[in-house]
Amino acid sequence: MSETSARRSRVEGYESMGAARVGVVTFPGTLDDQDAARAVRHAGGEAVPLWHADRDLKGVDAVFLPGGFSYGDYLRCGAISRFAPLMEELIPSARAGLPVLGTCNGFQILCEAHLLPGALTRNENLHYVCRDQRILVENATTAWTGDYAPGQEILLPVKHGEGRYVADAATITALEDGGQIVFRYLGGNPNGSVNDIAGVSNEAGNIVGLMPHPEHAVEDLTGAPGVDGRGFFSSILKRFVNL
Amino acid sequence: MARVIVDVMLKPEILDPQGQAIARALPRLGFAGVTEVRQGKRFEVEIDGPADEAALADVRKMAETLLANTVIEDYSVRVEQ
Repeated sequence: MSETSARRSRVEGYESMGAARVGVVTFPGTLDDQDAARAVRHAGGEAVPLWHADRDLKGVDAVFLPGGFSYGDYLRCGAISRFAPLMEELIPSARAGLPVLGTCNGFQILCEAHLLPGALTRNENLHYVCRDQRILVENATTAWTGDYAPGQEILLPVKHGEGRYVADAATITALEDGGQIVFRYLGGNPNGSVNDIAGVSNEAGNIVGLMPHPEHAVEDLTGAPGVDGRGFFSSILKRFVNL
Repeated sequence: MARVIVDVMLKPEILDPQGQAIARALPRLGFAGVTEVRQGKRFEVEIDGPADEAALADVRKMAETLLANTVIEDYSVRVEQ
Protein backbone atom coordinates (compact mmCIF):
# COMPACT_ATOMS: atom_id res chain seq x y z
CA MET A 1 0.00 0.00 0.00
CA SER A 2 1.38 3.44 -0.90
CA GLU A 3 1.91 5.96 1.83
CA THR A 4 -0.87 8.15 0.46
CA SER A 5 -3.46 5.40 0.37
CA ALA A 6 -2.34 4.22 3.80
CA ARG A 7 -2.94 7.70 5.15
CA ARG A 8 -6.35 7.90 3.46
CA SER A 9 -7.54 4.58 4.86
CA ARG A 10 -6.35 5.66 8.29
CA VAL A 11 -8.46 8.79 8.10
CA GLU A 12 -11.53 7.07 6.70
CA GLY A 13 -11.22 3.88 8.67
CA TYR A 14 -10.29 5.05 12.10
CA GLU A 15 -10.08 8.69 13.01
CA SER A 16 -13.74 9.39 12.34
CA MET A 17 -14.65 6.72 14.91
CA GLY A 18 -12.13 7.77 17.50
CA ALA A 19 -13.61 9.36 20.56
CA ALA A 20 -10.76 8.43 22.87
CA ARG A 21 -7.33 9.93 22.16
CA VAL A 22 -4.40 7.80 23.29
CA GLY A 23 -1.00 9.47 23.32
CA VAL A 24 1.93 7.36 22.13
CA VAL A 25 5.29 8.63 23.36
CA THR A 26 8.45 8.61 21.24
CA PHE A 27 11.85 9.01 22.90
CA PRO A 28 15.12 8.85 20.97
CA GLY A 29 15.61 5.09 20.64
CA THR A 30 11.93 4.10 20.96
CA LEU A 31 11.12 1.22 18.61
CA ASP A 32 7.52 0.16 19.11
CA ASP A 33 5.69 3.48 18.81
CA GLN A 34 4.39 2.77 15.30
CA ASP A 35 2.96 -0.61 16.33
CA ALA A 36 1.46 0.98 19.45
CA ALA A 37 -0.19 3.74 17.41
CA ARG A 38 -1.48 1.19 14.92
CA ALA A 39 -2.93 -0.92 17.75
CA VAL A 40 -4.76 2.12 19.12
CA ARG A 41 -6.20 2.89 15.67
CA HIS A 42 -7.06 -0.76 15.11
CA ALA A 43 -9.20 -0.67 18.25
CA GLY A 44 -10.99 2.43 16.99
CA GLY A 45 -9.16 5.12 18.95
CA GLU A 46 -7.11 8.07 17.81
CA ALA A 47 -3.36 7.71 18.32
CA VAL A 48 -1.75 11.03 19.21
CA PRO A 49 2.02 11.17 18.75
CA LEU A 50 3.77 12.68 21.79
CA TRP A 51 7.41 13.77 21.58
CA HIS A 52 9.74 13.33 24.55
CA ALA A 53 11.10 16.88 24.32
CA ASP A 54 7.67 18.58 24.36
CA ARG A 55 6.16 19.58 27.66
CA ASP A 56 2.73 18.86 26.18
CA LEU A 57 0.35 15.93 26.62
CA LYS A 58 -1.98 17.43 23.96
CA GLY A 59 -5.01 16.77 26.13
CA VAL A 60 -4.96 13.00 25.57
CA ASP A 61 -7.25 10.65 27.50
CA ALA A 62 -4.54 8.02 28.12
CA VAL A 63 -0.85 7.48 27.40
CA PHE A 64 1.07 4.51 26.00
CA LEU A 65 4.82 4.30 26.70
CA PRO A 66 6.15 1.86 24.09
CA GLY A 67 9.22 -0.34 24.10
CA GLY A 68 12.64 0.16 22.62
CA PHE A 69 15.95 1.46 23.90
CA SER A 70 15.18 5.03 24.90
CA TYR A 71 18.32 7.14 25.26
CA GLY A 72 20.28 4.01 24.33
CA ASP A 73 19.41 2.48 27.72
CA TYR A 74 22.44 4.41 28.99
CA LEU A 75 23.06 4.23 32.76
CA ARG A 76 19.99 2.01 33.36
CA CYS A 77 17.00 1.25 31.15
CA GLY A 78 14.62 4.19 31.49
CA ALA A 79 16.87 6.15 33.86
CA ILE A 80 17.39 9.11 31.54
CA SER A 81 14.00 9.02 29.79
CA ARG A 82 12.40 9.44 33.18
CA PHE A 83 13.67 13.06 33.23
CA ALA A 84 12.49 13.98 29.70
CA PRO A 85 10.41 17.19 29.53
CA LEU A 86 7.32 15.19 28.56
CA MET A 87 7.70 13.06 31.68
CA GLU A 88 7.59 16.19 33.85
CA GLU A 89 4.04 16.62 32.56
CA LEU A 90 3.15 12.96 32.55
CA ILE A 91 4.24 12.07 36.10
CA PRO A 92 1.85 14.43 37.97
CA SER A 93 -0.99 13.62 35.53
CA ALA A 94 -0.51 9.88 36.06
CA ARG A 95 -0.49 10.39 39.82
CA ALA A 96 -3.75 12.30 39.41
CA GLY A 97 -5.40 9.39 37.59
CA LEU A 98 -4.48 9.62 33.87
CA PRO A 99 -4.39 6.03 32.54
CA VAL A 100 -0.83 5.11 31.52
CA LEU A 101 0.41 1.82 30.05
CA GLY A 102 4.11 1.01 29.72
CA THR A 103 5.33 -2.06 27.87
CA CYS A 104 8.91 -3.32 28.03
CA ASN A 105 11.07 -0.17 28.00
CA GLY A 106 7.91 1.76 28.90
CA PHE A 107 7.54 -0.43 32.01
CA GLN A 108 11.18 0.25 32.89
CA ILE A 109 10.56 4.00 32.53
CA LEU A 110 7.48 3.81 34.80
CA CYS A 111 9.54 2.04 37.48
CA GLU A 112 12.43 4.51 37.17
CA ALA A 113 9.90 7.34 37.50
CA HIS A 114 8.55 5.67 40.67
CA LEU A 115 5.08 5.62 39.15
CA LEU A 116 5.24 1.86 39.69
CA PRO A 117 7.02 0.09 42.53
CA GLY A 118 10.09 -2.09 42.04
CA ALA A 119 12.67 -2.18 39.28
CA LEU A 120 13.63 -4.20 36.21
CA THR A 121 17.12 -5.55 35.90
CA ARG A 122 19.26 -7.97 33.92
CA ASN A 123 17.64 -11.30 33.02
CA GLU A 124 18.77 -14.01 35.41
CA ASN A 125 20.28 -16.14 32.64
CA LEU A 126 21.83 -13.06 30.94
CA HIS A 127 20.15 -14.03 27.66
CA TYR A 128 18.08 -11.69 25.57
CA VAL A 129 14.77 -13.55 25.32
CA CYS A 130 12.53 -13.27 22.26
CA ARG A 131 9.62 -15.68 22.19
CA ASP A 132 5.87 -16.13 22.47
CA GLN A 133 4.98 -16.22 26.14
CA ARG A 134 1.89 -17.47 27.94
CA ILE A 135 0.60 -14.88 30.39
CA LEU A 136 -1.97 -15.14 33.16
CA VAL A 137 -4.21 -12.10 33.62
CA GLU A 138 -4.67 -11.90 37.39
CA ASN A 139 -6.28 -8.52 37.73
CA ALA A 140 -8.97 -7.58 35.23
CA THR A 141 -10.05 -4.42 37.04
CA THR A 142 -7.27 -2.04 35.95
CA ALA A 143 -7.81 0.67 33.34
CA TRP A 144 -6.04 -1.50 30.76
CA THR A 145 -7.35 -5.00 31.52
CA GLY A 146 -11.13 -4.58 31.89
CA ASP A 147 -11.81 -6.54 28.71
CA TYR A 148 -10.06 -9.66 30.02
CA ALA A 149 -11.45 -12.15 32.49
CA PRO A 150 -9.59 -12.69 35.74
CA GLY A 151 -7.59 -15.91 35.38
CA GLN A 152 -7.62 -15.68 31.57
CA GLU A 153 -4.57 -17.03 29.80
CA ILE A 154 -3.22 -15.00 26.87
CA LEU A 155 -0.27 -15.33 24.51
CA LEU A 156 1.97 -12.32 23.85
CA PRO A 157 5.47 -11.83 22.49
CA VAL A 158 8.28 -10.97 24.91
CA LYS A 159 11.62 -9.53 23.75
CA HIS A 160 14.00 -8.15 26.34
CA GLY A 161 17.33 -8.55 28.09
CA GLU A 162 16.47 -6.66 31.25
CA GLY A 163 13.04 -7.76 32.36
CA ARG A 164 13.65 -9.36 35.74
CA TYR A 165 11.21 -7.66 38.09
CA VAL A 166 12.62 -7.13 41.58
CA ALA A 167 11.43 -5.35 44.70
CA ASP A 168 12.02 -5.76 48.41
CA ALA A 169 10.04 -8.45 50.23
CA ALA A 170 7.66 -5.97 51.90
CA THR A 171 6.78 -4.41 48.53
CA ILE A 172 6.15 -7.82 46.95
CA THR A 173 3.86 -8.79 49.83
CA ALA A 174 1.96 -5.51 49.51
CA LEU A 175 1.59 -6.02 45.73
CA GLU A 176 0.39 -9.60 46.17
CA ASP A 177 -2.08 -8.65 48.90
CA GLY A 178 -3.34 -5.58 47.04
CA GLY A 179 -3.99 -7.37 43.74
CA GLN A 180 -1.35 -5.27 42.01
CA ILE A 181 0.29 -8.25 40.31
CA VAL A 182 -1.67 -7.83 37.08
CA PHE A 183 0.17 -10.41 34.94
CA ARG A 184 2.21 -13.50 35.69
CA TYR A 185 4.32 -15.66 33.36
CA LEU A 186 3.02 -19.15 32.67
CA GLY A 187 4.93 -22.09 31.27
CA GLY A 188 8.40 -20.87 32.18
CA ASN A 189 9.71 -17.59 33.52
CA PRO A 190 11.71 -15.86 30.76
CA ASN A 191 13.85 -13.64 32.98
CA GLY A 192 13.86 -14.86 36.59
CA SER A 193 11.48 -12.17 37.86
CA VAL A 194 10.32 -12.64 41.44
CA ASN A 195 7.08 -14.68 41.79
CA ASP A 196 6.93 -14.93 37.96
CA ILE A 197 5.72 -11.33 37.82
CA ALA A 198 5.18 -10.11 34.25
CA GLY A 199 3.36 -6.87 35.02
CA VAL A 200 2.12 -4.72 37.91
CA SER A 201 -0.14 -1.75 38.52
CA ASN A 202 -0.19 1.14 40.94
CA GLU A 203 -2.67 1.03 43.80
CA ALA A 204 -5.32 2.98 41.89
CA GLY A 205 -5.03 0.71 38.83
CA ASN A 206 -4.67 3.52 36.28
CA ILE A 207 -0.94 2.88 35.74
CA VAL A 208 0.04 -0.54 34.40
CA GLY A 209 3.44 -1.81 33.27
CA LEU A 210 4.41 -5.16 31.77
CA MET A 211 7.33 -6.66 29.88
CA PRO A 212 5.28 -8.49 27.16
CA HIS A 213 4.06 -6.66 24.07
CA PRO A 214 0.27 -6.46 23.51
CA GLU A 215 0.81 -3.96 20.66
CA HIS A 216 2.53 -6.68 18.61
CA ALA A 217 -0.43 -9.05 18.96
CA VAL A 218 -3.44 -7.27 17.49
CA GLU A 219 -3.59 -8.57 13.92
CA ASP A 220 -3.56 -12.07 12.50
CA LEU A 221 -1.25 -11.17 9.64
CA THR A 222 1.62 -9.86 11.76
CA GLY A 223 0.72 -10.65 15.33
CA ALA A 224 2.91 -13.72 15.49
CA PRO A 225 1.16 -15.51 18.34
CA GLY A 226 -2.34 -14.22 17.65
CA VAL A 227 -4.50 -11.28 18.63
CA ASP A 228 -4.58 -11.58 22.43
CA GLY A 229 -3.15 -8.07 22.83
CA ARG A 230 -6.32 -6.41 21.52
CA GLY A 231 -7.92 -6.42 24.97
CA PHE A 232 -5.54 -3.75 26.28
CA PHE A 233 -6.72 -1.29 23.67
CA SER A 234 -10.41 -2.20 23.74
CA SER A 235 -10.29 -1.95 27.57
CA ILE A 236 -8.98 1.60 27.55
CA LEU A 237 -11.29 2.77 24.76
CA LYS A 238 -14.41 1.31 26.39
CA ARG A 239 -13.47 3.08 29.57
CA PHE A 240 -13.88 6.44 27.85
CA VAL A 241 -17.04 5.47 26.03
CA ASN A 242 -18.55 4.52 29.38
CA LEU A 243 -17.52 7.70 31.14
CA MET B 1 38.90 21.50 40.98
CA ALA B 2 38.09 18.29 42.72
CA ARG B 3 37.07 14.81 41.74
CA VAL B 4 34.30 13.07 43.62
CA ILE B 5 33.86 9.33 43.22
CA VAL B 6 30.43 7.73 43.37
CA ASP B 7 30.35 3.94 43.62
CA VAL B 8 27.03 2.25 42.85
CA MET B 9 26.43 -1.39 43.75
CA LEU B 10 23.38 -3.62 43.55
CA LYS B 11 21.99 -4.15 47.04
CA PRO B 12 23.31 -7.35 48.64
CA GLU B 13 19.93 -9.08 48.39
CA ILE B 14 19.61 -8.39 44.62
CA LEU B 15 20.92 -11.20 42.42
CA ASP B 16 23.85 -10.10 40.23
CA PRO B 17 23.99 -12.53 37.29
CA GLN B 18 26.76 -10.53 35.59
CA GLY B 19 28.98 -10.84 38.67
CA GLN B 20 28.20 -14.56 38.80
CA ALA B 21 29.18 -15.00 35.15
CA ILE B 22 32.50 -13.26 35.83
CA ALA B 23 33.07 -15.42 38.91
CA ARG B 24 32.45 -18.55 36.84
CA ALA B 25 34.93 -17.39 34.17
CA LEU B 26 37.80 -16.75 36.57
CA PRO B 27 38.70 -20.38 37.38
CA ARG B 28 38.87 -21.12 33.65
CA LEU B 29 41.54 -18.42 33.42
CA GLY B 30 43.52 -19.99 36.22
CA PHE B 31 42.43 -17.68 39.07
CA ALA B 32 41.69 -19.88 42.04
CA GLY B 33 40.11 -19.07 45.39
CA VAL B 34 37.52 -16.50 44.24
CA THR B 35 34.32 -17.06 46.20
CA GLU B 36 32.16 -14.24 44.78
CA VAL B 37 32.23 -11.32 42.34
CA ARG B 38 29.70 -8.51 42.31
CA GLN B 39 29.71 -5.93 39.54
CA GLY B 40 28.98 -2.25 40.10
CA LYS B 41 29.47 1.16 38.52
CA ARG B 42 31.98 3.90 39.33
CA PHE B 43 31.29 7.53 38.42
CA GLU B 44 34.04 10.20 38.48
CA VAL B 45 32.37 13.55 38.97
CA GLU B 46 34.59 16.59 38.32
CA ILE B 47 33.49 19.76 40.07
CA ASP B 48 34.93 23.24 39.55
CA GLY B 49 35.08 24.27 43.20
CA PRO B 50 36.40 22.57 46.32
CA ALA B 51 34.82 19.31 47.48
CA ASP B 52 33.28 20.91 50.54
CA GLU B 53 30.19 19.73 52.38
CA ALA B 54 27.86 21.68 50.08
CA ALA B 55 29.44 20.16 46.97
CA LEU B 56 29.28 16.66 48.45
CA ALA B 57 25.65 17.18 49.37
CA ASP B 58 25.02 18.04 45.71
CA VAL B 59 26.79 14.90 44.51
CA ARG B 60 24.81 12.79 46.97
CA LYS B 61 21.65 14.32 45.52
CA MET B 62 22.87 13.41 41.99
CA ALA B 63 23.49 9.86 43.14
CA GLU B 64 20.08 9.63 44.79
CA THR B 65 18.24 11.11 41.78
CA LEU B 66 20.02 9.70 38.74
CA LEU B 67 23.26 7.76 39.23
CA ALA B 68 21.70 5.07 41.43
CA ASN B 69 18.24 3.53 41.47
CA THR B 70 17.87 3.27 45.23
CA VAL B 71 15.13 0.66 44.83
CA ILE B 72 17.81 -1.87 43.93
CA GLU B 73 21.17 -0.10 44.38
CA ASP B 74 23.28 1.40 47.16
CA TYR B 75 25.77 4.19 46.56
CA SER B 76 28.74 5.71 48.34
CA VAL B 77 30.38 9.10 47.79
CA ARG B 78 34.01 9.99 48.48
CA VAL B 79 36.54 12.61 47.44
CA GLU B 80 39.50 11.34 45.44
CA GLN B 81 42.71 12.43 47.16
